[in-house]
Amino acid sequence: MEDREIRNLEKAVEQIWEIALRFGLDPYPTNFEIVPATVMYEVGSYALPGRYSHWTFGKAYQRMKTMYDFALSRIYEVVINTNPAYGFLLETNSPVQNQMVIAHVLGHVDFFKNNIYFSKTNRRMVESVSTHAQRIMDYEFRHGRRTVEEFLDAVLAIEEHIDPNFFIRHEVSAEEEKRRAEHRPAEGRYDDLWSLDKTVNTAAPANTDAKDVRAGLPQKDLLFYLMENSPVLQPWQRDVMAMVHEEVEYFIPQMQTKIMNEGWASFWHARIMRELDLSDNGHIEFADLHSAVVSPQKGKLNPYYLGYKMFENIERNWDDPSAEDREKFGRNGGDGRAKIFEVREVESDVSFLRNYLTEELCEELDLFVYELVEEETWTISEKRWERVRDQLVANMTNFGFPYLQVEDGDYNGNRELYLKHCYEGTELDLRYARKALEHVQRLWGRTVHLETVVEEDVTVLHYDGEDHRED
Amino acid sequence: MSIQRNDWSLQRKGIIDQERHKERVREAIRKNLGSIVSNEAIILSDGKRTVRVPIRALDEYKFRFDYHKQKHVGQGDGKTRVGDVIGREGQAGQGKGGHQAGQEPGSEYYEAEVNIDEIAALIFEDLHLPFLQEKAKKAVQSKKTQFNEIRRTGVIANLDKRRMIMENIRRNAREGHARFGDIKKDDLRFKTWEEVMRYESNAVVIAMMDVSGSMGEFKKYVARSFYFWMVRFLRTKYDNVDIVFISHHTEAREVSEEQFFTQGESGGTVVSSAYQLALEIIKLRYPAADWNIYPFHFSDGDNYYSDNDEAVRLAEELISTCNLFGYGEIGEEGSGSYRRASGALLSIFNDRLKDKKHFSGVRIDDKEDVYPALKQFFGRRGIETPA
Repeated sequence: MEDREIRNLEKAVEQIWEIALRFGLDPYPTNFEIVPATVMYEVGSYALPGRYSHWTFGKAYQRMKTMYDFALSRIYEVVINTNPAYGFLLETNSPVQNQMVIAHVLGHVDFFKNNIYFSKTNRRMVESVSTHAQRIMDYEFRHGRRTVEEFLDAVLAIEEHIDPNFFIRHEVSAEEEKRRAEHRPAEGRYDDLWSLDKTVNTAAPANTDAKDVRAGLPQKDLLFYLMENSPVLQPWQRDVMAMVHEEVEYFIPQMQTKIMNEGWASFWHARIMRELDLSDNGHIEFADLHSAVVSPQKGKLNPYYLGYKMFENIERNWDDPSAEDREKFGRNGGDGRAKIFEVREVESDVSFLRNYLTEELCEELDLFVYELVEEETWTISEKRWERVRDQLVANMTNFGFPYLQVEDGDYNGNRELYLKHCYEGTELDLRYARKALEHVQRLWGRTVHLETVVEEDVTVLHYDGEDHRED
Repeated sequence: MSIQRNDWSLQRKGIIDQERHKERVREAIRKNLGSIVSNEAIILSDGKRTVRVPIRALDEYKFRFDYHKQKHVGQGDGKTRVGDVIGREGQAGQGKGGHQAGQEPGSEYYEAEVNIDEIAALIFEDLHLPFLQEKAKKAVQSKKTQFNEIRRTGVIANLDKRRMIMENIRRNAREGHARFGDIKKDDLRFKTWEEVMRYESNAVVIAMMDVSGSMGEFKKYVARSFYFWMVRFLRTKYDNVDIVFISHHTEAREVSEEQFFTQGESGGTVVSSAYQLALEIIKLRYPAADWNIYPFHFSDGDNYYSDNDEAVRLAEELISTCNLFGYGEIGEEGSGSYRRASGALLSIFNDRLKDKKHFSGVRIDDKEDVYPALKQFFGRRGIETPA
């Protein structure tokens, strides 16, 4: 790219930034980086630059590279949720492509900054993951690459099973509080010195056998529970689990707001591009690109398209409410812009769909529920909009993963681990469940059990390190 | 707000981890050679260098829903109704909704792209022609060049640049400043070669295959995949091996390699016809004094009853003239541990052949048995002289 083009791009960024602010967007400062395709799909396959090494990233990388090499797919944009934020631009992008990507990225960054689910994310995550990578490399050096890699295999098998509300401190019950107060002596003048002692105590290793492995059960955060309570893990292994936990924490809000986030960014790139003084050809090129991004795909559900249509729909309904809405909810109209900013602040995909997917939109998008009939044909089984909406919400719940919780860490009085799949109508992939259970067993070191439902019967899968058993 | 353009040319992380992934793939291949050896994609590869084979070991296992028991939400073109069929199971890329090739949860396998030559190298690693003997009389010489010396003079095309640079730095260091530059004639080093003569024993492999009517699709496939690898193996490891192809039903014919692998025939089975022809060919073209001889025969063992005595007699004769006689009997697909007690040729051979040292018989009931059969026939044993 020539200097002149870079200067033009700089001008475009400034212009788009100003338009975005005028619309009320409030993104972090954003640095754009022009990169070759290799870097683009590298960042794309690791989700963050500089993460630790693992063969699964290499697998994702190879897949993306192949898709790119055969022109099956193309990544236009990668954005990193940090402060300042980073947007990556493919070096072969045309000027119009770049403008659209810049506008789209600013939409994402505004969302990252202002959506409540992101309020606890680490905005210096790139630095964090690179220290993680360093530490893991160090462990590989000390314990052998293969040992660390295989341990990571086991940890990654359960990485999604963390508690997204991990940052909420569990309230101490009133009784416990009273008991503590009773044991607290009257405060003296130098008593604050005691608290120094206390912090030292709590920093002591948490994994002694004496501690109560049943405290706080049932526990949704499987990864955390194993890290804290497994009888067999080495300190370095607990550290690796803590790092993976921290990284998953960072990605969870993105998993929780995929449709909204993409919808919001698409909504704003469309609005911003309208304000730019594009040439005729530029307009056509943009229209082409935009429709490629937000086009419905037959049979599939494009999150960009669904989110985009929903934000447009909300804006319209609050700008010009129906007579019923005016009467029932006291809506006066003209509040569309304010409303979508409120939505982008307080909702996640689950609540977004539950609250704002309307009958008219379900019909317009021709949404339906489909399922496999007689193990042969994928058939549309439901078109009633509430059912469709509820199914969509159900599939998004727990970011699309089965909800597991730890029931007991001393099952059979033998320190065995008892997990329960909270069955809500969809059964597990049993072959996968058995293999994943093997990974859990590796982390726990003793027999593990998983209660689930198979063919509508409650079934417990057992794995003792050698054999699988079911009853 | 800024636009940056950095030099990313040293960014290698993806490539490094891709290497880790490939290492896993290679390992999985090594562990699954049995199923890969008999994979259609390879046997039917038709000269392609790489093929895709499914490898289960590389799945990333998680707790996940059974895709096929889950209800999904999709989007139509505005006219869909309840009861419309939008896709069929087992048809890839048929609008199954939410599916993306290669990563949909429904897909059972990870497919790895493998290079046939790499797989061949793995398979052939410990295969040899057993009981190979020095047949001095007609031993053929083969000439090989080996680069194994460094000299100060030579052809400029064979200049060893690395050594030259080392010499140059060394000389400069002697003169007081270790650096590269100012090359003199003294610094030049050339690779030179030596011609090495290799003496190889002559060997001939006689591949016999039953193409009678009772040899169904599966059986023919198994026999052909065995011979596919055998031919490849012989051609890679030995420079001077002749291969004779014989197919037979009630009569035996010598055929070309192409015919051997493609022809379908029918009729009854007279095994002795093939052995008779093999013996004639040996007598005429490959006298045992000059050749190492390896006849192999694949059949379903369903020989005409009246021919069994003759077959055993000729087999004995083959064994006495040859280094190793291999016989593979192919059962019905998936018949598992079921073995025919008597009547089939393998059990007759096992009962009646006197000299079993130079006879090897295997039973194949499954495609995955092809690799063990290769290993049994060409495993390391009875190597009296190095090949």
